[in-house]
Amino acid sequence: MATPNSPLWEVFIRSRNGLAHKHVGSLHAADATLALQAARDIYTRRGEGLSIWVVPSSAITASDPAEKGMMFEPAESKIYRHPTFYDVPEEVGHM
Amino acid sequence: MYTQALNTSDADDRNVEDAARAAAFQARIDADERIEPNDWMPAAYRKTLTRQISQHAHSEIVGMLPEGNWITRAPTLRRKAALLAKVQDECGHGLYLYAAAETLGTSREELVDAMLTGKAKYSLIFNYPTLTWADIGTIGWLVDGAAIMNQIPLCRCSYGPYARAMIRVCKEESFHQRQGFEIMLTLCRGTDEQKAMAQDALNRWWWPVLMMFGPPDKVSQHSDTSTKWKIKRFSNDELRQKFVDATVPQAQFLGLTIPDSEMKQDEAGHWVPGPIDWDEFKQVLAGNGPCNRDRLAARRKAHDEGAWVREAAAAYAEKRKRRQFAQAAE
Repeated sequence: MATPNSPLWEVFIRSRNGLAHKHVGSLHAADATLALQAARDIYTRRGEGLSIWVVPSSAITASDPAEKGMMFEPAESKIYRHPTFYDVPEEVGHM
Repeated sequence: MYTQALNTSDADDRNVEDAARAAAFQARIDADERIEPNDWMPAAYRKTLTRQISQHAHSEIVGMLPEGNWITRAPTLRRKAALLAKVQDECGHGLYLYAAAETLGTSREELVDAMLTGKAKYSLIFNYPTLTWADIGTIGWLVDGAAIMNQIPLCRCSYGPYARAMIRVCKEESFHQRQGFEIMLTLCRGTDEQKAMAQDALNRWWWPVLMMFGPPDKVSQHSDTSTKWKIKRFSNDELRQKFVDATVPQAQFLGLTIPDSEMKQDEAGHWVPGPIDWDEFKQVLAGNGPCNRDRLAARRKAHDEGAWVREAAAAYAEKRKRRQFAQAAE
């Protein structure tokens, strides 16, 4: 039990050219190089990716789910931010 | 004294608050919302899931042993490559599941320790030996087939990280079952000895596989709350029945006989198996199966022999970190 608990890493994979990296899961590794190798073995055994990011989990700051209301309500009440809020006469056609 | 009094009233407040939170939690479950790691959850929900997910992870890891036994003796290079890939998948499944279990707040090291010390359980099926090559076919066909029956509903489980891990697992599990069935088919179309070997493997694995679905509904201890929390969506007996109904025609196709002289087809077309020997189930669960001691000993040996690798990786990471700090300070 002399070995310290190894750090946790979050894994992001770009599955195809032109797509964003997407979170796929996490893993433990002593350092970044080992984390990349482990991510290759654990998350891309069937050609799932073209590129991998690993990020120390401790580097992520997350919003608090308990404050979901306060955080996202301002966006929900502003329906005028959506194109469907505005009436355009039919004769004008597609806009 | 005062501290104690304060503590009591705190605890009372907490109970009132917890009741309200528990009701809100159940409402989210009923609305089919997914629960995520940072959301509030009842302590019992956390405990049940930690137990279930980590046991599931241990099963994947211990499950590598009976199959790994045959990698060096696979009959052809094609079979060997497939079996190696399958065993690697089992390891991957274990790791997805450990990661999901950890999000509930127990460290990987604690979870692994609980398995190595024998405190945590794993699926009883892996306490049976793989005596012949046909056992590898039977494990893929039946053990993975039963696992798929269990796991597909878990893809819709209320706990987000578990459900997402199960989606990945189920995608890969289908290859496992098909490679197993193909091994059986090849043996059944081979010589009389090969077909007899397939039948012998089926005879030994059939009943333990039925036990994989857990005790009958009327005695299962975890079912009620798990159903209420949408961790479990079908009962043990329902899943067992689904499995038997799916498997009997496959055995007929192979020309193999299910070793159950009392099995009958009911009016609705379901294949109803004869009585299961639940004493055997209890014995294997209690640690008295044919391979319980071997499996744990093998896991402990692997863990101990890997210690130097973990220590070296940690020491190297520490050295690099210190060097970086020193450079930054210059």
